[in-house]
This record gives sequence, C-alpha cells and structure tokens, in this order.
Amino acid sequence: MLKIKINGSEFEVKKGLTILEACKEVGVEVPTFCHDDRLKPSGTCRICVVEVEGARNLMAACSTPVTDGMVIWTESKKVVDARKEILNLILANHPLDCLTCEKSGECKLQDLCYKYGIKGSTFKPNKKEYDVDESNEFYYSDPNKCILCGKCVRVCNELQCTGAIGFAQRGIKTHVTTPFDKGIANSTCVSCGNCVAVCPVGALMPKKKMKYRTWEVKKVRTTCSYCGVGCQLYLLVKDDKVVGVEPYFGEPNRGLLCVKGRFAYNFINHKDRLKTPLIKKNGKFEEATWEEAYDYIVGRLTEIKEKYGPDSIAGLTSARCTNEENYIMQKFMRAVIGTNNIDHCARL
Amino acid sequence: MTNSIAEIEDAEVIFIIGSNTTENHPVIGTFVKRAKNKGAKIIVADPREIELAKLSDVFMQLKPGTNVALLNAMMNVIIEENLQDEEFIKERCENYDELKEVVKDYTPEKAEVITGVKADLIREAARIYAKADKACILYAMGVTQHATGTENVYSIANLAMLCGKLGKESCGVNPLRGQNNVQGACDMGGLPDVFPGYQKVHIKENVEKFEKAWGVKLSDKPGLTVSEMFHEAIKGKLKALYIMGENPVISDPDTKHVIEALEKLEFLVVQDIFLTETAQYADVVLPAASFAEKDGTFTNTERRVQRVRKAINNVGQSKADWEIIVDIMNRMGYKCSYKSARDIFDELAKVTPQYAGIDYDRIENEGIQWPCPTKDHPGTKILHKDKFARGKGLFKPTKYRTSAEQPDDEYPFILTTGRILYHYHTMTMTGKNEGLMKIAGESYVEINPMDAKKYGISDGDLVEVTSRRGSVRVKAKITDVVNEGVVFMPFHYADGSANVLTNTAYDEVTKEPELKVCAVRIKKA
Amino acid sequence: MITLTINGKKIRVASGTTILGAAQKLGIDIPTLCYDPMLEVYGGCRICVVEVEGAKSLMAACATQVQEGMVVYTESEKVIKARKEILALLLANHPNDCLTCEKAGVCKLQEYAYRYDVKFGQIDGERHNYELEDSNPYIVRDMNKCILCGKCVRTCAQVEGRKVLTFAYRGFKTKVTTAFDKPYEDSDCAFCFRCVAVCPVGALKDKRASGKARHWEVSKEEFTCTFCDYGCKFEVARKHGKAVYVTPKAPSEGRPLCLKGKIGNELKYLDDVETPYIRVEGKLEPVSWAKALGLEEILYKIETEKR
Ligand code: SF4
Ligand code: SF4
Ligand code: SF4
Ligand code: SF4
Repeated sequence: MLKIKINGSEFEVKKGLTILEACKEVGVEVPTFCHDDRLKPSGTCRICVVEVEGARNLMAACSTPVTDGMVIWTESKKVVDARKEILNLILANHPLDCLTCEKSGECKLQDLCYKYGIKGSTFKPNKKEYDVDESNEFYYSDPNKCILCGKCVRVCNELQCTGAIGFAQRGIKTHVTTPFDKGIANSTCVSCGNCVAVCPVGALMPKKKMKYRTWEVKKVRTTCSYCGVGCQLYLLVKDDKVVGVEPYFGEPNRGLLCVKGRFAYNFINHKDRLKTPLIKKNGKFEEATWEEAYDYIVGRLTEIKEKYGPDSIAGLTSARCTNEENYIMQKFMRAVIGTNNIDHCARL
Repeated sequence: MTNSIAEIEDAEVIFIIGSNTTENHPVIGTFVKRAKNKGAKIIVADPREIELAKLSDVFMQLKPGTNVALLNAMMNVIIEENLQDEEFIKERCENYDELKEVVKDYTPEKAEVITGVKADLIREAARIYAKADKACILYAMGVTQHATGTENVYSIANLAMLCGKLGKESCGVNPLRGQNNVQGACDMGGLPDVFPGYQKVHIKENVEKFEKAWGVKLSDKPGLTVSEMFHEAIKGKLKALYIMGENPVISDPDTKHVIEALEKLEFLVVQDIFLTETAQYADVVLPAASFAEKDGTFTNTERRVQRVRKAINNVGQSKADWEIIVDIMNRMGYKCSYKSARDIFDELAKVTPQYAGIDYDRIENEGIQWPCPTKDHPGTKILHKDKFARGKGLFKPTKYRTSAEQPDDEYPFILTTGRILYHYHTMTMTGKNEGLMKIAGESYVEINPMDAKKYGISDGDLVEVTSRRGSVRVKAKITDVVNEGVVFMPFHYADGSANVLTNTAYDEVTKEPELKVCAVRIKKA
Repeated sequence: MITLTINGKKIRVASGTTILGAAQKLGIDIPTLCYDPMLEVYGGCRICVVEVEGAKSLMAACATQVQEGMVVYTESEKVIKARKEILALLLANHPNDCLTCEKAGVCKLQEYAYRYDVKFGQIDGERHNYELEDSNPYIVRDMNKCILCGKCVRTCAQVEGRKVLTFAYRGFKTKVTTAFDKPYEDSDCAFCFRCVAVCPVGALKDKRASGKARHWEVSKEEFTCTFCDYGCKFEVARKHGKAVYVTPKAPSEGRPLCLKGKIGNELKYLDDVETPYIRVEGKLEPVSWAKALGLEEILYKIETEKR
C-alpha cells in the first residue's frame, strides 16, 4: 500500500494505480475526455491534468502512476486554469449547438464548461466545415462537433477490432473518417455502435426514429433478447415506448453490443404487434377477449386429454422466453396435462 | 460453455469449429479478435471462409459433415507425436485405449480424402492446439446441426480431454448458444426427457421429488422431441400442440412436412408477439408481451443467470407468457398463486440444484454463473475444475459416418445453412427493422465462382435451388467464401426459405436435425 | 356542450372552453410560452397558433373558444411553419448560452426549438446588451434572455397592491422593469419568487439554486409548504442524494408565495443552508435564522422566562 494525499486528505491505495484510478477509488472525480477504462491511457486530451507537489509541470492523471507520499491537488488554481484553457481552445472550433444538440444533457464538454463556467471561447472562432456523414443506417457522424479524443477510433480498432475508422490528415484538418473519406456505409463498419457509445460529445449519435432529449428518458437495465451472449444493456424509455438502447459497461459484454442488440429494438413497439387474442372461425381469425380464448383453450385441451389421453398433447416452450416462463410451461405440460411431451427449438 | 466468455481473450490458442462467431455471436467475436491482437493463434475449421478464417493461423475449409474425420485425424497426430497430456488422462479420464484404437485409422492423409483439408494443415492445427497451455474450443451449430451431431460433440470433448484442456482457465469446450435463452430453456426442463436441472424423468427418485414439489402424479415416460411431435402429428397420434414463442414453420427443416403436421392437428394454440407464419395455422393465437414488458431471467451461453426487467407497460392487451400459462393452469384446476416472476424463480431455484443459491437480490447488479448450490456460493466460472460431474471423464471415441444425404448426379451440390449478422432466427424481430432490411433485405445463395461459371450464373441472377423436398428461387451471390461443390443459404427468410430444402434426418440422441448438410441442384431461373 | 374535431379526433367539451383546453383533454400538446392556467389569458406569444378549417388566419389556441363543428389541426404544415418563424425570431435576439444556462433542460424556448428543429442564427437579429442584474442575494435577472411573455408581470400583479413589474419602453427596446427601472432590491419587490416560478426561460433565476446542478442531474420532489394554511408548492432538488436547492414551484390558489416559505423550506430541507436575508428598514441584510423567520421575540421570551 502507498500513502498519498489528495486535496489535503490522506489515503492509502494499492500499488500500481494511476492517479486517475487512485482518485476514483477514493471518490474524487477527475474529468476525462479521451480515457476509457478498457483501453491503455493515451493522455492526449490533457483535461485530466492535476498538480503534483514537487513536479514542475501538471501531470496527466490518466497516465501518471501514484508513488508513495505523493501529494496531489485535483482542483487547484493552476489545474483549473489549465482546464479552462483547454475548454476555451476546444470551443473555438466547436459549434455552439446545445440548444438542439442530441447530446445535450449527457455531453462531457457541456458538463465541464458548466463546471468551470466557460460560456464561449475567447479565441478567434475557427469553425470546421465538414459534411455530416449520414450514410450509415443507424448513426451519423458530425465531425464539426468532434473534439478528437480518439476514443471511437480506438474502440473500433482495439475493442471491436473491425478497424472501419481512423484519423485522416493532420493539424487543424485532422478528422475521424473511413478509408479514403468514402463514407461509413462504404467501409467495413458493421454498425455495432460501439464507437457511438463512447463519444463524449455529439459527434457520433444514433439516428432517432422518435425524438427525445437525453433527460427525458428513463433507462432500464436488462438483458439483450437476441443471441446467447446475453449482453447487458439499457432500454431507453420515453412515453412508455422504447426509443433507444445503450450498452452497460460490465460483464459479460463490457460496453460492447452488436447491431441487433443496439439498433434493432423497434419490434417492441411495432404496429404489427399482436394486441388481442384471436380465435379462428371458419378459417378466419376474429378478435376475442381473454375470457373467450381461455374458455376455448381449456375446453378443447380437457376434451382431447379425456378422449385420447395426456400424451396426445404436446407443448413447445421457447428459447426466447424467460427461465420463469420455461419453467411454468414445462410444469403446465407435466403437472397439469400429465405428459412429458415438452420440447423447444434449442437445436435450431 | 465449460468456461467463461472473458477467458477467451486470454487464450493462447482458439480453435473455432462450426461457428461463424463474428456474425452469430458478434460480441464474443470481439473477444476472439482481441485475443488474436494479443498474440493468440487462431485455428478455424469451417466449410466457409468466414471472417475469422481470414485472420486465422490455420484455416481448414472442410467439406460439410466431415467434422468427426477431421477431429479424429487431429487426435491421431497428437497421439502419434506424443503430444497428449498423459497425466490428465491417467488421473481424470477413462477408456483412453479405445480412443487410441479408433483414431489410429484416421491418418491425416485419410482425413484429407474425406474432408478435403490438406493433411499438413491438420497436422499443424493439431500441434498448435496440443502444445498450448491455454487453448479453448468454440463451436456452434456447424457442429450440432448434423445427423452426427452427438458424435461431433463427443469428438470435440475427446480432443480437449486428450490434451488436458478442461477445467482450466481459458481452455474448455465451449458451445455458443444461438438464441438468447437456449441455455435456460434446457436448464428449466424444456426437454422431453428431463425435469428442471437435467433430472431424468425415467428415474423414480426424480419423479417422486417432483410429485412432492408439485403435488400431483407425474409421468415417467420420456416425451416427444420437436421432430417427433411433427411425425406423430402427421400419423394422427398427436392431437393438440401448444406453441409458446416459437416459429417452426420457418426454423424447422422441411417446411412442407411441418405445415402438414400443423394442419393435421385437431387443436393448435400459438402464443407470440407477432402473427408469425406458424401462428397462421393456429386455432387460437394469444398476444404475448415482449422482453421489454416483463420481469424474469435469461441464462446466457456461459451459464450466467441475468435479469430481464420490465421497461414499459404491456403493448395492447398482451400478457407475459408466464401469466397466460398460469391463468390456464388455474382454469384447468391446478391452483397456483404466483404474483410475480420472482415468485416463480424462488420455486424453480428450490427444485433445480444448479440454481439453488441464486435469487433476484443476488443478481440485481451482476448475473451469477451456475452451478450455484448455496446462497453463499459465488457461482462457477469454470466447470470440471477438479473432477467431472460423473467422476472420471469418459472418452467416447466415434467413427466417421457420412451425412444422411450425399450429393449425387441429380443433386450435385451440398447445401449448408446458417445465420448472418443482420438477422436473427426467423426475423420476427429483425425483419421489422428498416435499417437491417436495407442492408440485408432478401435471401440469397452463395455459389463458388467456378461453379457459377459452369452453370452460366452471374452475380445477382435469380437461381432455382432444388432438393428432394422442395424448391426455392433466390438471388445468386458469387463468392469464393464457399468451395466448389458447396452452396450456402441463410435460413432467416420466409421468402426463399432455406428450410424448404433442408433434410429432416436427425441425430439419434439429441434429435437435432441435419440442417447443415443436404443435397441440392441449382439452375438459373 | 360543444363537439369539435382536433387532428381527426372528435371531442365534446363545455362551451366557453378554449381550443387549448379541448386539446389538453385529448392529450394533444400545443406549445405555449405566455399561457398559464393561473393567469389571465394574454395571447401575446402566438406560439400556440393552430389551423381552424374555414378561418382566414391561424388562431391562438389559448384565446380562441371552441365552436360547434370546429375542425382544428394543431400540427399542420402551416402551423409548423408559423411556429418555426416565431422561434427563429425569438432566437434572433437571444444569447446562444444553453451550453451553461441554468434553465437548460426545463427551458420552454429550448424545448420548442428542439421540437421544431430551429437553431440559432437562422435569422440574424439585433441583440440586446443588458447588464446582468446580480446584485441581490435571491434573484438573478438576465433581460437578454427575456422573451417578453409577460407572465412575471401578470403573476406579480395578482397580489393585492404589489404590482412591482411592468412593461416599459417600446419596440425593440420593450423591457420588463420595476418602477423607474431600478434593481429589484431597490423596488417594492418582496422576493416572493412568483416571477421566477413562472418564467419559461432563463431570464429570471433563483440565485440560490444557481451553479448547484444542471436540471438533468437532479431528482426533484415536489412538496407543499406547511408554514401557513395556503400551502404553496415548492420543489427540492437532490444531486447524488444530496439536497442542493429548494425552489418555489407555484403559488397556491388565491395568494402568494412568500420569502419566508422559500428560506424556511431551505432550512428544513437543505444539507448546507446559506445565510438568510430579509429587508431591514427597506434594505436586504443578512440576519439570523431566528430573525429571518420572525421568531426573535418568542425566543427572547423563552430565554428570559427560563432565567
Ligand atoms: S456536442 Fe456538447 S457542447 Fe457541443 S453542441 Fe452538443 S451538447 Fe453542446
Ligand atoms: S459502428 Fe462499430 S464497426 Fe462501425 S465504425 Fe463504429 S465501432 Fe467501428
Ligand atoms: S467522434 Fe467522438 S469519440 Fe471520435 S474522436 Fe471525435 S469526439 Fe472522440
Ligand atoms: S433561456 Fe433557454 S434558450 Fe435561452 S440560453 Fe437559457 S436554456 Fe437556452
């Protein structure tokens, strides 16, 4: 264990942590743009700088290991001035669009500008003028809002390992793009949206079928209903409708999803959903009440069971239903109908 | 899976057989690719040159249906070159001599003739796998959807035991489950021969245990499997079928046969979220709530029991599947008083030993991997750590058998089927998504350029694919992802459905149909 | 009763109901800026215009009473175009400040700009350059953000004999002011916070809530003040479980909100309370809690009787 001091309080922390990790462990918040727990620190955005007593320069918290006896100040005047300067610089070429920006409310740039009272840039504005790339079916990229933190590129290359996007050109012209600037739709992108999930600003955003502001949705953690990986995700709910999905950063998927889990949620509130029981009469389905449907089913099943015995009835349970439902279904067949004729399409 | 998803990233060798991981389990695919970036070696055995094949160290493009020959040949090499884990075999396994005996015949050269994979590739794969400390095997339906599915799985287990790659970190035999809760449906006794927790129905003590728990007399006669149900229905012996959330008209082999069976039934109930192709044949259709409208749990492919939570109110008058069944049970005179999914879970945990220690409070934040026998048990990341469930691991050597249907003059191609990234199962959910439909809106058949040339077919042409069971028209996709003599179709689409063509021959043990191999002919339409 | 059709849906309402009222019954949300159910109808902002079949021009939904057989469209092309124009005009002389504005997240101007996809700079207008009025301890006034909906003026006037606020000047210079355009503390302002509670934008803000949190970071709980029988509505905002501010929500039927309620509830709910100020001989002064809540006399009595 190492003894360190953060903002005047003493702490004991494990060896081998960075300043950022140590601060997190003891509950001191240090802002970051380019940091992602799953990636090696890159230290490019510099917003995480802190003051370390005895050091000549401010240190990037994400990439500086703590040492015994270290004395750290995370919000000293020097630190705050440095952060303000960084924000000031970013805003010089950032469109002030929070009025309607889809990221507003969950934007790291906005959060920090509020925290440090930066209302706009004092530098000469130097706005970017890129076209918004809308070619992907599920998300868009607005390079004008990009702060070049590099997370999307690193996630696509190092975590998703698809390598669809990278940085192009240098200096003020640097931007995130696909090979030859050909548009995301013409790249190897598999629309997983994992880059979108890490963008700290409004540069990579899901396309919305229904408009909502970030603060209007309730997020409900659940398990994806597609393949057997069982990714953890949040359903975004507005007005009792599912309007979006975001990944959960934990086991087993660690913040990653695929195109289906991330973007194919519209079946939930689809107009074709079955909404009432249907009973077939003369070859045609007619709407029925639950009572009618239940009476009919119970009557027929009882009749068939009496006439032909329980083994003349079978049930198919489902690999898409919950454990509870599978349990109840097989119990229904076994304990109520009296047959072991229960199976599901596990093999398919 | 015997091991956990996270361990894949730290493996030194990953052997992927019959799994198009990056498309069917995309997130697990990323673990494989990250392992590769960290220096792991990747071995792929698949009839198609899938994405992972392109970045593999050894790619064995085998003829569909020849897994056993390939695996036996790998074991042959390992024993020949003395690469097996003697200690593991001696201490933890039985029947090694028989295995030796059986695989002796499968020289790589002989296997090359059967599988079409160069003998040297088989040797290399065998060495890489056997020599690594941490080597895991991932497989999926390319292994199981065969008439020889059980033999395939045995062979994989044999290989892992031979090299002592079970019960250890980043090793194991890891089936990747296709649907979200296949694991749970099996765990919960959604199978004709077992009660929840894989407790056999023909064993007296088990029957008594459940009779006591449920308070009624139970049958000890194993029931019918899906395929058998359809056969029995056609024969007129099965009269009524209650289908909850499945769409066999599209997903099961030989669509014609399934429809015939459904039409023959006296009474069919289908409960689903959409009016599926199967629901069309029902007498009663019940509207079920989707996963977003209910509480419960799913168990993922690494045996992790995770929460499903209600996010919105039920759409229309739909009800959760469990609520519907409970209503019917009550009306049929079996009184049950579950108020919530949690109540049901608490009951199932009592009768399912693997789930005994799990409850909703414990999995509120993070799921637990079964077996979890007690409330203070942390769950199990790796199965068979110190011993196998049955004590010693039993080698079950198998001989290669040809698939039920072989290409001939009339039907010269092997058709193999599978899934693609942009769709799921029978598309009841993904088919509703505009974006996905724009990217992957229609069925197709992959044909090797040489074959295409021979038949005068160009990319995008409409072709007719015909098997002994039926015929469909789909667009041709000319690609060397498939070898000559092999064609591939995704099975998702109702229009141009692959399962009009597939064979109902099935595995004797698991009753799994041979969806991966059947004989077809093609011609330009 | 009167039957009319709104967006294709039929509804029966009592005569005298406005189109806005009828729409609300159908769950149709018509945007409003100057409308408030507790205030007399003003009809000045025009954002609530709707299309009525047969009418020559668009009608203000808040001020138009329903008529038998009326056919109304609340989101027709014409209506949307008109609203976009109104919003673009409002934004033309409004500071682009949502990045850090305290109102962001509950601001009506922002809400409707988002809904109708209107951005800053679509019309380039002359901008005000009023100085921020930040000199009293309770209310911050930023008249650059004011959209002249007049709600503050009307709500203040509802209190007998108060009427601190009025419109002054004309045209582009029109402004809400106190008498002689003095700062709040030098006017008759009682710091009841009624004006703050009704302002739809970031022009009038509770200073003691400023800088504490963004609206989307807090969970808000509404409660009823129990200090007097009127029972005005307040709300307490918590960030990460910590109560960070208490702010007035709406006056009760008939009478005020009051300063005592505001600061008294701060004392009751907040984890870190700030010093109270009250008018002492007309001037706002920091005082003890006892004095602020008018308990000095009682306390003095208790203390002396103890001795
Ligand atoms: S990206 Fe953030 S700072 Fe930029 S306009 Fe959007 S919300 Fe505002
Ligand atoms: S969506 Fe996925 S594949 Fe596409 S660019 Fe983003 S991370 Fe890469
Ligand atoms: S698009 Fe977003 S994630 Fe990517 S570099 Fe720009 S700001 Fe960072
Ligand atoms: S008052 Fe509303 S529109 Fe104006 S800056 Fe504040 S939040 Fe934005």
